Amino acid sequence: MKALGKRLSRVGAYCRRNPKLVSGVSIILTLVLFWLIGSLLLSPTRAQPISGLPDQPPSLRYLLGTDSNGRELLAVMVVGTGLTLRIGILAGAIGLGIGIILGFISGYYGGLLDTVIKGIVDVLLTVPPLAVLVVIAAVITRAMTLDSMIVIVASLSWMLPTRTIRAQVLTMRERAYIQVARLSGMNSLEVIVKELMPNLLPYLAASFVGATAASILACIGLEALGLGPQSLPTLGMTIFWSISFSAMLRNMWWWWLPPIIIIAILFVGLFLLTAGLDEIANPRLRRRM
Amino acid sequence: MKADILQVRNLRVYYQTSLGPLKAVDGVTLSLKPGERFGLVGESGSGKSTLALALMRLTKPPGYIEGGQVLLDGLDLIKVSENEIRKVRLAQIALVPQGAMSSLNPVMRIKDQIIDGIKDHLKKMPGSALEERMHELLAKVELKPEMANMFPHELSGGMKQRVCLAIAISLSPRVIIADEPTSALDVVVQRQVMLTLGQVQESLGVSILLVGHDMGLMAQFVERIGVLYAGKLAEVGSVREVFKESLHPYTRLLIACPPSLEEKGEFKGIPGLPPLLLNPPSGCVFHPRCPQTTSRCSVKIPSLKEVYPGRWVACHLYTEVKR
Amino acid sequence: MTALLEACNVTKVFSSGGFFKRKETVALENVSLSIKESSPSITGVVGETGSGKTTLARLLLGFIAPTEGEVLYKGRDLQKMSRDERLEFQREVQVIFQDPFEVYNPFYKVDHVLTTPVAKFHLARSKTQGRKLIEHALQAIGLQPEETLGRYPHQLSGGQRQRIMVARASLLKPRIILADEPVSMVDASLRATILENLRKLNQKFGISLLYITHDLTTAYQISDNIIVLYQGSVVEVGDIELVIKNPQHPYTQLLVASIPVPDPDRSWGQDSTPVLVSKTSTKLNRGCKFVDRCPFAMPVCRENPPPFFQTDGYRAVRCYLYKDASVIAGNAIGKDVGPKR
Repeated sequence: MKALGKRLSRVGAYCRRNPKLVSGVSIILTLVLFWLIGSLLLSPTRAQPISGLPDQPPSLRYLLGTDSNGRELLAVMVVGTGLTLRIGILAGAIGLGIGIILGFISGYYGGLLDTVIKGIVDVLLTVPPLAVLVVIAAVITRAMTLDSMIVIVASLSWMLPTRTIRAQVLTMRERAYIQVARLSGMNSLEVIVKELMPNLLPYLAASFVGATAASILACIGLEALGLGPQSLPTLGMTIFWSISFSAMLRNMWWWWLPPIIIIAILFVGLFLLTAGLDEIANPRLRRRM
Repeated sequence: MKADILQVRNLRVYYQTSLGPLKAVDGVTLSLKPGERFGLVGESGSGKSTLALALMRLTKPPGYIEGGQVLLDGLDLIKVSENEIRKVRLAQIALVPQGAMSSLNPVMRIKDQIIDGIKDHLKKMPGSALEERMHELLAKVELKPEMANMFPHELSGGMKQRVCLAIAISLSPRVIIADEPTSALDVVVQRQVMLTLGQVQESLGVSILLVGHDMGLMAQFVERIGVLYAGKLAEVGSVREVFKESLHPYTRLLIACPPSLEEKGEFKGIPGLPPLLLNPPSGCVFHPRCPQTTSRCSVKIPSLKEVYPGRWVACHLYTEVKR
Repeated sequence: MTALLEACNVTKVFSSGGFFKRKETVALENVSLSIKESSPSITGVVGETGSGKTTLARLLLGFIAPTEGEVLYKGRDLQKMSRDERLEFQREVQVIFQDPFEVYNPFYKVDHVLTTPVAKFHLARSKTQGRKLIEHALQAIGLQPEETLGRYPHQLSGGQRQRIMVARASLLKPRIILADEPVSMVDASLRATILENLRKLNQKFGISLLYITHDLTTAYQISDNIIVLYQGSVVEVGDIELVIKNPQHPYTQLLVASIPVPDPDRSWGQDSTPVLVSKTSTKLNRGCKFVDRCPFAMPVCRENPPPFFQTDGYRAVRCYLYKDASVIAGNAIGKDVGPKR
C-alpha cells in the first residue's frame, strides 16, 4: 500500500512539473465527460432532424437552439463530440498500428526490406492527403459511412508514424544495452518487444496523439466540404449544414459557433498534450541523474 | 613576493534540487601567483568542473554561486556587472572547457573562430592586424599556417585542442583555466599538447589552473597542487611535497591508486563509495572511507589549515603551525 | 595445441560513401591472435584511437565479418556457425563493455541484465534457484545483493554498475571474457576492485581474458602477454614484461615514454615526434604505417610493410630495425610466441 502511495506522489510531483501535459489531458477529459454525461442526460434522437421546432434561438427549452432541420443543437454537440473523438482515436490507432509494425521492421532489420518500406513511405508522403481524400470521398458520396471515412483517413495517416518510429529505432538499435540483450540470448523479436518498445513509449504516445489530431482535422475538412457521412450529426457536418443554410447571414450564431469552439478546444488540448509528451520524450529532460 | 593574480575565497557553488541545495563546491579557498602552474585534482563528483565554470562566472541554473569571492588582480568577478565580466572573460581570464574540441563550430573555418573572440573585444582592430595575430597564435601552439583555412572536422583531436588553446591565449590573458584539456586524447598526443601548453605558459608568463583527475599528468605539469574531495579542499601544497609526503589520508590513497609500469602488484583503490552530496556524512566528509579516522572525525568538519608554510590540509590529524 | 578463439590473418575494410565516391578505410590489416584452450591467460590488446582495437573486438564477437581471413571458435568459423553452435559460443564468450551506463536498459532495474541470461541459457530450474545463482555471483564480486538488486541503473555508481557487468559475465562460467576498456569510464579509486575481480576470475575459475585498452599501465598490471596495435596493424607482440620493460618497436617506445608517471622527479622529457599536419592517414604509403612519425625511418620502411621478426623466444616485432632476427609468420605468433610462464 505504501508503495502505491509513493508511486502516486511521484506521479503527482511530475504533474506539477509538466503543466502542459496535465492541462492537455484535462481538456480532453473534459470533452470526454461532456460527451458521456451529455449522452446520459439527453437522448441522442434529439440530435436527429425534426426533433424540435426549426430555427429556434437558445431558450430554456432548447439550451443551444435548433437548426433549420429541427435538430436540437445541444444534443448535436454532445453526439458530434463523441463521434469526432471516436473517429480521431480509431483512425489514429490504425495509423499508429501500421506505423509501429512497419517502423520497427524497417528500422531494426534494415537491408532490402527497409529500403522498400522507406521508399514507399517517402513517395506516399509527397501525396497531398486532403486532395486524395476529397477525390475518394467525392466518388463514394452516397456510400460514405463513418467507418469507411475512418479507414480512408487512416490509410493516409500511417506514413509519418512509420517514419518517426523508424528513425527512433535506428538510433536505439546500436545502443550498448541492445547488444547486451542479444548477447544474453534474446532473438530479434524479443529485442524489439522487450528492449526497444518500452523505451519508445513516449514517442509512440506522441505519434498517436499526432495521428489522432491529423485524422480529426482531415475528417472535419472532408465533412465541412459536404463529403462526410450525410446522416450523422458530426461537428464537421454541422458546420457544413450551417454554411448550406446560410446560418451566418441569418445571424444564427448558435448554429455555427458551438462546433467551432469545441473543435478549437479539442485542438488546444491535443496540442498541449503533444507538447507535454514531448517533454517526457526528450531524453535530456528525462534523465534523472 | 609577487602578489597573487587570482584569489578564491570561500567560494560556494550549489545546485538547486527538489531535495534541497546540493553543495557541489563548499568553501574553496586558494590562490594563484602570476606565471604559476596550479593543479586542481579530484575525481568525478568532487566539484572541480563546477569550480572551473564558477571562476568564469559561467555557472548555469540549477547551479548558482551561493557566496565567496573570486579576486582577479583585485577585481571581484562575482560582484561585477554582466558587461564587465564579459570584458574580463577571454581578455583577462580564459577557459579551455572540458570537451573543448566538440565546442568548435563545425561550419566555421579555424581562422574565423580564432578571430571571432578577438574581434569581440578589440572592435577597432583592422582586418590585416587580426590576420597577423591569428597566424601568430597558430605558430605559438605549433600548428602550421595552412590549418587556418581548414574546418574542425579535418583536424585530429590533438589539433583541435590546440586551436582551443590558441583561442584561449588570443588576448594574452593573465589566467588560463584548463578543464581536463586532454581527457579525450591519446596518451602520445596528450604529452605533445601538454608540452605545448607548457611552452605557451612560459613564453606568455600566464598562470595556468589545470583541472583534472589524472595524478600522473599533475605530477608532470604543475608546480602546486590542490586536492578536491566532495567540494572541499583536502590538501594544498607544492607538487613535490604533496607527492613525496602527502598529509591527508585521501591524498595518500589517491597517489597510490594509479598502477605503475615498474612492477606488478595488487591493484589499490579507495574502499567505499564517493559520498552523496545531497546527504553527506557528518563531520569530515571523507571519514567513512578514511583508514585513519578518529572519533572526532565524524563530529567536527576539519577546516583547511596551514600546517607548514605553504602547506595546507583539512584533517584532524594535524594542528595549525604556530607562527 | 588447439586454440579456443583465434583470428587468422584478419583484415577488415570499411567502405563508405555513395555510388560514385567510395571511400575505403582499412581498419585492420593482417591481424592474428590466438587464445589457447589449455592454459587460461590474460592477453592485453593495447592501441590508441584508430588502432582498430574496437573493430578487432567486434570481429572476435562475430558482430561483423572479416573482409579477409577468418575468426574461428573451437575451429569453427564464426560466420558459418549453426544456431546451436552460435548459442554455445555466446555462452562461452562473454563481454564487458566500456560504458557502464549505456549497457543498461534504463526502463528496467539492474536485475534485468542478470535474469535475462539466466533465463535464456537455462542456467536454473526455478526462479528461486536463479535468484540464488545471481546472488552468489554478486557476492563473489564483492557486491551486496540487498544493495544492488531492485535498483535502477541511475541509482548506482559507475563502479557498481560495471561490477554487476562482471558478475553477469561470470554467471555463465564462460571460457573467455572480452573486456573492452572496462575501467576507462570509472573513477581511479574504483578501478582497483574491478580489475582485481577480473584477475580473480582468471586465477580462480580459469577464465581467459582479452583485455582491450589504451591504458598501458593497467594492461601491464593485469596481462600475461600483450599485442600492440597501431593504425590497424600489429607492431609488437609477446610477453608483457619484455615488451614493456624493453620495448623494441619505436611506437611502443613512444607509447611507454608518453605515459605521465605520478612522480614529479621523473619527467616526461622532450618529445621529438613531429606533429602530424592533418588527420588523413598516409593512403599512398605502402610500407610501415608508422614511417612518418618514426625517428628511425629508413627507405625500406616505405616500400613494404615489415614482417614479424622474432627477436626473442617470447616476443616478435614488426620493424626493419630488427631485420637480422628470424622471420615468423603472422598467424604462428599466437601459437609460438606467448607469455614466459
